Amino acid sequence: MSPRTAHVPRRPGQRARWFSEIGWRHLVGVVAVVYAGFPLVYVVSASLADGGTLTGSNDLFASVSGANYAALADTRFWTWMANTLVVAVATGVGTVLMGAAAAYAFSRFRFSGRRVGLTALLIIQMFPQMLAFVAIFLLLISLGNVVPGLGLDSKLSLICVYLGGALGVNTFLMYGFFNTVPREIDEAAKIDGASHAQIYWTIVLRLTAPILAVVGLLSFISTFGEFIIARVLLQSEDNWTLAVGLYGWVSSLQDANWGLFTAGAVVSAVPVLALFLFLQKYIVGGLTAGSVKG
Amino acid sequence: MYSPVTRGSGRTGWSPGFLVKLVLIALVDALGVYAVLAAWGAESWGILAAMVALLIVANWAYFSKRALPLKYILPGLAFLLVYQVYVVAYTGYVAFTNYGDGHNSTKEQAIEALLVQNERRVEGSPSSPLTVVSDGGTLGFAVVSPDGAVRAGTADQPLEPVDGASVDAGRITALPGYDVLEYAAVLERQQEVTKLRVPVSDDPNEGSVRTQDARTGYVFTSTLTYDEASDTMTDTATGVTYTPNDDGQFEAADGTTLPVGWRVLVGFDNFVTAFGDERYAGPFGKILVWTFAFAVLSVASTFLLGLFLAIAFNDARLRGRRIYRTLVILPYAIPGFLAALLWSGMLNRSYGFVNEVLLGGASIPWLTDPVLAKLAVLGVNLWLGFPYMFLICTGALQSLPTDVLEAAKIDGAGRWRTWRSITLPLLLVATAPLLISSFAFNFNNFTLIYMLTGGGPRFDDASVPLGHTDILISMVYSVSGLDGTAAKDYGLASALSIVIFVVVATISALAFRRTRSLEEIA
Repeated sequence: MSPRTAHVPRRPGQRARWFSEIGWRHLVGVVAVVYAGFPLVYVVSASLADGGTLTGSNDLFASVSGANYAALADTRFWTWMANTLVVAVATGVGTVLMGAAAAYAFSRFRFSGRRVGLTALLIIQMFPQMLAFVAIFLLLISLGNVVPGLGLDSKLSLICVYLGGALGVNTFLMYGFFNTVPREIDEAAKIDGASHAQIYWTIVLRLTAPILAVVGLLSFISTFGEFIIARVLLQSEDNWTLAVGLYGWVSSLQDANWGLFTAGAVVSAVPVLALFLFLQKYIVGGLTAGSVKG
Repeated sequence: MYSPVTRGSGRTGWSPGFLVKLVLIALVDALGVYAVLAAWGAESWGILAAMVALLIVANWAYFSKRALPLKYILPGLAFLLVYQVYVVAYTGYVAFTNYGDGHNSTKEQAIEALLVQNERRVEGSPSSPLTVVSDGGTLGFAVVSPDGAVRAGTADQPLEPVDGASVDAGRITALPGYDVLEYAAVLERQQEVTKLRVPVSDDPNEGSVRTQDARTGYVFTSTLTYDEASDTMTDTATGVTYTPNDDGQFEAADGTTLPVGWRVLVGFDNFVTAFGDERYAGPFGKILVWTFAFAVLSVASTFLLGLFLAIAFNDARLRGRRIYRTLVILPYAIPGFLAALLWSGMLNRSYGFVNEVLLGGASIPWLTDPVLAKLAVLGVNLWLGFPYMFLICTGALQSLPTDVLEAAKIDGAGRWRTWRSITLPLLLVATAPLLISSFAFNFNNFTLIYMLTGGGPRFDDASVPLGHTDILISMVYSVSGLDGTAAKDYGLASALSIVIFVVVATISALAFRRTRSLEEIA
């Protein structure tokens, strides 16, 4: 497209040209950054405000105190945080293990039912689990009568439900990536006497680490923010996740809990944000790998 | 069974990997057998059959040499079958039943519930000395019959004779198999004791024993009697006879029904209700249109903004573009529920940041006016969604084939012509599958709607708890009654779920066919 040499504006004519080619991009960039960032600045400011009300949060950084953060200790916030992390990490790890194993099988083995299996997965993933929350609720009532740990109001059963969706959504992303790893590597290892399990654990999984990170992280983030199933399944407050708990704060007595909510929002957004920025290049790569196929 | 022999590859069977497998399978088997036994105890035959099948397949898959691919697919497949395929199928089944409040259980359970609910103390019925006992924590009653025999039972276990009880002046002091509760312990659980009913026998028509003071038991029997032979319910007080009808209720000749019914298949009734019943059809129509508008406009607005930014930052001469890119994608890394709740505060009419600070103290009803609420939903979703589109557009732009662009230049195409005829079509082909999945995601973007507006503002017609910004999935949630604001109607909710699925699946299938993404499965 345009020449890749740096232009330094010197004369007025060049300045106009600089603006039409580069300058406007800075303008757009600044506007976009303000648009994307101002709610985040606001939430940080509100969480540091002295009072805990909505009205008192509108003067940005008028007062700075840790009172809202300290007050979190008197609530169930940290319990919810722990619950959410347990559920999200377990789901993320489980999703990667199950999805990668299935993708490996579909990518490396030729067996009857393979095509049908792939097509079935594509169709099943069009029916999101959240649409079936009524049936999930009813299923867990029956399961709970048999094994209480798998019934309603249990973090374990929530993880199991989330893992039920592990195969549908992610297998394709991984399958495509696994196909890009040359089969010759497998075959060389096989000739050297490696078993299929050794090939899988020590070769394929290492070569596909970027996509595993992406799938794990996306699964972690979506589990972290999942609301409807968690809300239907988890009934006692001590088992709630952040999404269910923080919703309760804001929906009831919105004004009075605002300071607490913003502090909680900052605390719960920080780990996700940090992880996201840290693994950014993998995520961007993974998303675009998924996009640039057709 | 797997025989640990030396393979041609030189690998021995008793390798560490084999031992790990053995331990894991043993663990799975142990848990599975426990679940099978528990299912037997709870008489859940469906779960029992599923568990047995799962165990057999698992053991076969991991110890047979002929099931290599299955070894890798089975863990995910098991969860998929139980928690996705089964629940989808079950949703389909429930959609054709009247499952919900008043139709919660089987006919047997409904009959029992009716008999229990209508129990009254029989006038002048004999009283008998009663002692509160506990059977491993479960409360029960022990009664002494006039002839001196002692019988005991709990809520789930009808009265049965117990031998070897020590009785002292009508009071039971010790009872084999049960703990006799001290007076203090009875006081502590007084509410439980006065609510407890212990069936006299397996036949619900015979009634139950209850107590007020934990010392004297009275027999309560139902004013209803159930006659198995004619399958009718008779009210002994009024003499009215009720017969079962097609809706799963007992109905009298004059059309009155008893309050507890049971689940029956009702065919397409739920779908007819959704599309035809005036209480639902009106809101359903509006919600359907808004759901489409919301999903399409969300995809379009986020894509256009994301694309525009991607183009703006796609110039190697732009200084600091990494910083711009990082800051611009921040909303994508914020969990959606936090963003929706945050914006619901910022858009608050009286105290919110947007009205107070940005608009200088205006009092604009962002979340409570039908039109503005829809704009607010779209606006917040734009903020949430454009970074994702920015990311995929950036990726697609950077991977455009440079040779095609150069060929266009050689052929004399200008910047605009190149963009319109080459860049944009290639970009659309590359991003189309993700636009489709983004559409499907927004079609079911429950969290945003529920947390931002709660579906409000409500429709003026107050017969259903639905509002102007409700989309289909939040309508399903309201109709299901699981949030406790309306009567439960699992049947109608499931029917609506099926409608959503059909809509999303049809659109996805058509769109995927056009983008030929299905050909990826080689």
